[in-house]
Amino acid sequence: MLWRDLTLAWRRRGDITMPVLYALIVTMLFPFALGPEDTLLQRIAGGVVLVTVLLAMLLALDAMFSSDIEDGSLEQLVLSPQPLALLMGMKILAHWLTTALPLIIISPLLAGMLHLPHAVIPVLLLALLLATPLLSLLGAVLVALTAGTRRSGMLLALMLLPLCMPAVIFAAGAVAAAQQGLPWLAPIAWLAAALVLAIVLAPLACGAALRIALDA
Amino acid sequence: MTHWIPLWLHRLSSPPTFYRFAGVVWPWAMALALLTGLVGLYGGLVLAPPDYQQSDAYRIIFIHVPSAWMSMFIYAVMGLASFIALVWRIKLAEVVAMQSAPIGAAFTFITLVTGSLWGKPMWGTWWTWDARLTSELVLLFLYLGVIGLYHAFEDRRQGARAAGFLAIIGIINVPIVHFSVNWWNTLHQGSTINIFSGSKMSTDMLWPLLVMTLATKLYFIASLCRRARSDLLALEGGKDWVRTLATREVPS
Amino acid sequence: MSFTSVHDFLAMGGYAAYVWPAYGVFLLVLLADALAPTVRRRQVLRDLRAQLARQAARHARKDSDTLPVSATVPSALPPRSA
Repeated sequence: MLWRDLTLAWRRRGDITMPVLYALIVTMLFPFALGPEDTLLQRIAGGVVLVTVLLAMLLALDAMFSSDIEDGSLEQLVLSPQPLALLMGMKILAHWLTTALPLIIISPLLAGMLHLPHAVIPVLLLALLLATPLLSLLGAVLVALTAGTRRSGMLLALMLLPLCMPAVIFAAGAVAAAQQGLPWLAPIAWLAAALVLAIVLAPLACGAALRIALDA
Repeated sequence: MTHWIPLWLHRLSSPPTFYRFAGVVWPWAMALALLTGLVGLYGGLVLAPPDYQQSDAYRIIFIHVPSAWMSMFIYAVMGLASFIALVWRIKLAEVVAMQSAPIGAAFTFITLVTGSLWGKPMWGTWWTWDARLTSELVLLFLYLGVIGLYHAFEDRRQGARAAGFLAIIGIINVPIVHFSVNWWNTLHQGSTINIFSGSKMSTDMLWPLLVMTLATKLYFIASLCRRARSDLLALEGGKDWVRTLATREVPS
Repeated sequence: MSFTSVHDFLAMGGYAAYVWPAYGVFLLVLLADALAPTVRRRQVLRDLRAQLARQAARHARKDSDTLPVSATVPSALPPRSA
């Protein structure tokens, strides 16, 4: 399952680069909009990178099931003898690898464009490493719910963003704390705990949501 | 599975029975809501003395707090009804869940706006990103998400199940709203009213507040009954009992 | 009675600009919520009646149309359905 999704994604390489380009462009907008003053950019850098990555992932989330719905393979998956939760987990992992991982890799570049102090970047990477899978898992459940409806990306955003707020708060909190030289381990620990919980629950919820959406 | 449900409850989940039942209940609930509302508002606006610190601005409490309690209570109702709808696939549970959502959203909106109007003179700001205000705002978005998701489906029953699932996922937010003032340092004041230990509010301010709480609950019942009735008519349009009703009623 | 005059009541200790809009929002939103089911009900019943009228018209047409066909030659065509 994992291999299949990764191969499919590789064939649509263009789709992988889209979120990355989007994140780059959006991050570039901030110095233009707010002025190139270093101190201001530094203060907002952590938060801007986080939100930009979140929005880029949101855009890519929509496509998680769309190709499978169109060719009917999604229903095959739901009916297959393998545990649906496991299949969902693999699908989400594939999506994270192709969407979030590239974003995490360029995040030091994004942070650098906004003059985030070098010492803070490891904390930013750690926060993203924990927060992005959380977003993938949560987002997958919601995309599954809307599978096959005449949905708009706006609706998905409306549903997903409120639920993502805690993750954003903790991730941004960790980066901000590190930037001020304060201990940053506590919010990271909360993120890790939430991630563990999500890894266990989200694939199950995703399967249940798909069943509802496909009326199985 | 269903043998432990009393017969009257089982009968009530049948759409035509509920339609008649709700038709009898709602006028009484609405009348009582208006009555208790008037009493509560009179007690709060006229009878209760001005606050030592907040003068007469505190009177917003009589609509702000009951609305806040309703925003959480209605979400719990919606969550419970959704759970029943998903597990047992009872049509009426789906209707109750989906028709509660707009009412809950209304109360949440009122809570946020009245809170903002109260915050400006008292805290000097229209808004702050503290835990309670932020989680209440998230609650509003959750309601809107449920309503939006419900309407995104062609099949209403399927939409109700999907939106109900979302409602259940979001229910974690309700305890967060409630306990946020205990868990975090917030600008919003802590809890002053307790069910078990004594409340810290003086009696002549407490009673109008409790009366308004009752009034909003009665209003919710009335509004839910009316919304559920029209929704049942729409859902069951092909059935005989609806056709007889439609042809019998004089167009108003 | 906490206020000595109607004027004092309306002034709300100087906070009238906050208290009265708050109460206004409360009443207006709940009023809108109270009217919504009425509007919906009328809409649903109107649509339902229109639908029933259309179905009745179709049945009437079908009854008057199919009699000649079935009374005479057994047709090779499949029977017309509603």
